[in-house]
Amino acid sequence: MEKIIEGKTISVNEEGYLTNFTQWDKNIGEAISKEVNITLTPRHWQVISYLQDEFKKESPLSIRKIGKSGVVDIKEFYALFPNAPLKTATKIAGIPKPASCI
Amino acid sequence: MNEFNGEIKKMMIILSKATLENVYAAFVLANGARMEGIEAEMFFTFFGLEAVHKKKLEHLHVATVGNPAMHMPTMLGGLPGMEALATNMMKKEMEKVDMPDVHEFLEILKASGVKLWACKLAMEMFHYKKEDMIDDLDGVITVGDFYKQGSGFGTHMLFV
Repeated sequence: MEKIIEGKTISVNEEGYLTNFTQWDKNIGEAISKEVNITLTPRHWQVISYLQDEFKKESPLSIRKIGKSGVVDIKEFYALFPNAPLKTATKIAGIPKPASCI
Repeated sequence: MNEFNGEIKKMMIILSKATLENVYAAFVLANGARMEGIEAEMFFTFFGLEAVHKKKLEHLHVATVGNPAMHMPTMLGGLPGMEALATNMMKKEMEKVDMPDVHEFLEILKASGVKLWACKLAMEMFHYKKEDMIDDLDGVITVGDFYKQGSGFGTHMLFV
């Protein structure tokens, strides 16, 4: 399905995740962050670009992996993106929702 | 349905066993709840206390006897070294799917905001002291205290 974000037509799935990462830019990220009530700080952006880098490397994401990333620890990750951090952060980052149980 | 439309707000998970497969099941459920934005608290009782016992948590085993899913004759499962063998095999498989060991998993749970409680009665029964347990434990409480922790709409309780 399609959705208009920041005046652009963007392909998203039924949960609102972008299905085409090339359509993502920082303004789109900002707009999604407002929908999920998060005010992005430089720290959020560091985490988001880490997630995007991992996605580009096709490396699966998990909470454990983020804890070991050296970018952010698990406690801070939950503080930055309260309520389902991995789901929320990947949505803002324009990448698919990780299918991880850990 | 109430105003939460049946949504799960909090999972209260009781762990009463110390076999590795049960400990992991409870941990994955608690961590999975937090990952979905659901609150989670764990109550360690009876043998489940071993999962938060400093000296014991590294030595938990898979059950080879009385476990039909092991697909081995019960008599074989009882042979010396069998549990250790099955445990090592399971640990190797767990590492492949990015499953942390018990110690690391507890750290992840704590960092994710899961509350970890030990059962007062079981602690007394096994003669464990608070110092025997991991430092990350939130406290030693009664079953009544645990129920109180779970009060409110959208709380679910799970016994492992």
